[in-house]
Amino acid sequence: MRDSKLILPDPKRRRLITGLGALGASAALTGCDSLSRNDRVQDLLGATDRLTRAAQRLVSSRESLAREFGERDIAPTMRANGSTDPSNDDYKRHAANGFADWRLRIDGLVRQPGDFSIDDLKAMPSRTQITRHDCVEGWSCIAKWTGAVLGEVLDRVRPTSAARYVVFHCADNIYGGPVKYYESIDMVEAYHPQTLLAYGLNDDRLPIANGAPLRLRAERQLGYKMAKYVMRIELVDSFASIQGGNGGYWEDRGYEWWAGI
Amino acid sequence: MNKHNDNPYANPPERARVIKRHGLFTRVWHWVNLVCLVILLMSGLQIFNAHPALYWGNDSSFDDPALQITAMRGDDGAPMGVVRIGGYRINTTGVLGLSRNDGELDTRAFPAWATLPGPQWLAMGRYWHFAAAWVFAPLLLAYLVYTLISPARRRLVWPTAAQWRGLPATIAHHARLKFDHSADYNGLQKLTYLLVLFGLLPLMVLTGLTMSPTMNAAWPWLLDVFGGRQSARTLHFIFAFLLVAFFVIHLGLVLISGVFNNLRSMITGRYRLGDDAPADKDNRHA
Repeated sequence: MRDSKLILPDPKRRRLITGLGALGASAALTGCDSLSRNDRVQDLLGATDRLTRAAQRLVSSRESLAREFGERDIAPTMRANGSTDPSNDDYKRHAANGFADWRLRIDGLVRQPGDFSIDDLKAMPSRTQITRHDCVEGWSCIAKWTGAVLGEVLDRVRPTSAARYVVFHCADNIYGGPVKYYESIDMVEAYHPQTLLAYGLNDDRLPIANGAPLRLRAERQLGYKMAKYVMRIELVDSFASIQGGNGGYWEDRGYEWWAGI
Repeated sequence: MNKHNDNPYANPPERARVIKRHGLFTRVWHWVNLVCLVILLMSGLQIFNAHPALYWGNDSSFDDPALQITAMRGDDGAPMGVVRIGGYRINTTGVLGLSRNDGELDTRAFPAWATLPGPQWLAMGRYWHFAAAWVFAPLLLAYLVYTLISPARRRLVWPTAAQWRGLPATIAHHARLKFDHSADYNGLQKLTYLLVLFGLLPLMVLTGLTMSPTMNAAWPWLLDVFGGRQSARTLHFIFAFLLVAFFVIHLGLVLISGVFNNLRSMITGRYRLGDDAPADKDNRHA
C-alpha cells in the first residue's frame, strides 16, 4: 500500500528558486513537519524533480537500455501492486469474455486515431524482455514481458509535431475511489526501444492482477509509471487539464512526475 | 621536525599560539554537510519505512529478506515490534516496528521522531531526500576534487611518514583519551577522514544512484559494482549507519578534546594550540 496522505500544491506554482542551501537553514529554525506543509518549501523541493530529470536525461542517451536478465533470474511470482482486480462493471464485462470486444483507443494529437484489438497489437512488431520492476517503495521484482513496441504503435497513428506526452487512461478506479488511474510519459520515453504495451507475462497471457489485457512497460522508470488496464492512449501537448493536472494518479498525490529515481 | 625546547622564540606569546585552522570553504562545507546529512538520514529512514526490508541481489526475495523491521503479535497476544536479521528475531517494541506517536501505538519501522517528515509520507520523504542530495553530492565532488588537486589540502588528509610509523602510539594515546592540540591532524584523524571523505560519502552517493532505474540504463556498471539494485539498497543502508557511527565518535571526540576550541575552529577558523604543540607554519591548515 502507498502511504501518501497529503497533496503537493499545483505544480504550476512550483518555481525554481535558487539557493537550495536556504532549505537547510530554515529546517534548523522550525519543525520539519510544518516545513513539509509550507508552500514555498514544497515549491523548492518540487524544483529538484525537474533538476533530476534534466540531469538524468543528460547522462542517459535516448537508446540506453535497462538491464535485461536471464530466465533463471525471473521471480517465482511477479508482485502485483495497486489495483489487482478492477471492480467496475465495464471492466468486469471485458474480463468475463476474455477481452474479445476490448479495443485500445488511441487519439489526441495524432493524424490517424484508431482502435486496436489485442490481436491487432499482437500483429505489430513485438519485443520480449526480462527486466526488473522497481517500486517507489523500494522493492524490485524480475519478470519476462512481451508486448508491442510502443514506438511502432505510435507510428501507426502518426503523432503530430505538437504531441509532447503520451497519456495512458486506465480501467481501474484504484482503491475503490471515484478516480481512475492514469499516467503519462514524454516522447523520449515513449519511443525508447524497451517501452512496450505488454500483453504477455512470463510466456503467458498477462494476468488480471498484473494489468490485463494491456499494461505499459517503461523500463527506465519506477513502477507507478507503468499503467495497468490501459483502455485509451491520448497524445497531448500538456496534461494540465487532465484530472489533477500533474500527469498521473500518484503525481496528483504528491509523487514526482519524473520517476527515473 | 619540531622539538619542544626552552628557546623563547619557539614558545611565542599567547596571541600567536592561536592559529587559523580551517579555511572558509571547509567551514561552510562542514556545516552545510551536517544539515544535509541529517536531512538525508531522516528522510532516508522515512523512505525505508515504505518497504522496511532489505535484500541481497538484483531483486527482492520477499520470503527471505536479509533484514526486516516489522510488527507482530507476541505469545501473549500483545503487539510487539520486531527486527529480523536472518534467522534471528529481536524484540524492539517502542523503537523499531512498533512505537508511540503522540501517545498512539503506531506500526512503523523507524519511529516518527527519527523520520522526515514525522508521519508516514513517502512522497515528501523522497522530496527532502533528493533536494538534500542535490546540495550534498555536488559539494562533495567539489571538495574531493579540490582536495586532490591542491598539495596543501592533500597534506591535510594524507598522513606523513612519521604519522604512519606513529599510528600504534597514536591509537594508544587516543585510547587513554589524551589529545594533542597541534596545527596538523594526527595520523589516526587523517585516516578516519580519508575513509569517510573518499570512502563512505562517495559510496553513499553511488549506492543511491544504483537504485535509480534511469541511472541503471545510463551507467550499467553501477549494478555490477554493487551486485544489483537490492544489494545497493542494503549497502546504502549499512553505509548510512556507518556514517551515524562516525558522527557519534566524531561528536564524542569534539566534546572531550576541548569543545570550545574545536567548535570555534570550525566556526571562525581560529584554533588555540596546546602548550607543547609545534607551531610549525608549514603544518598550518589552509
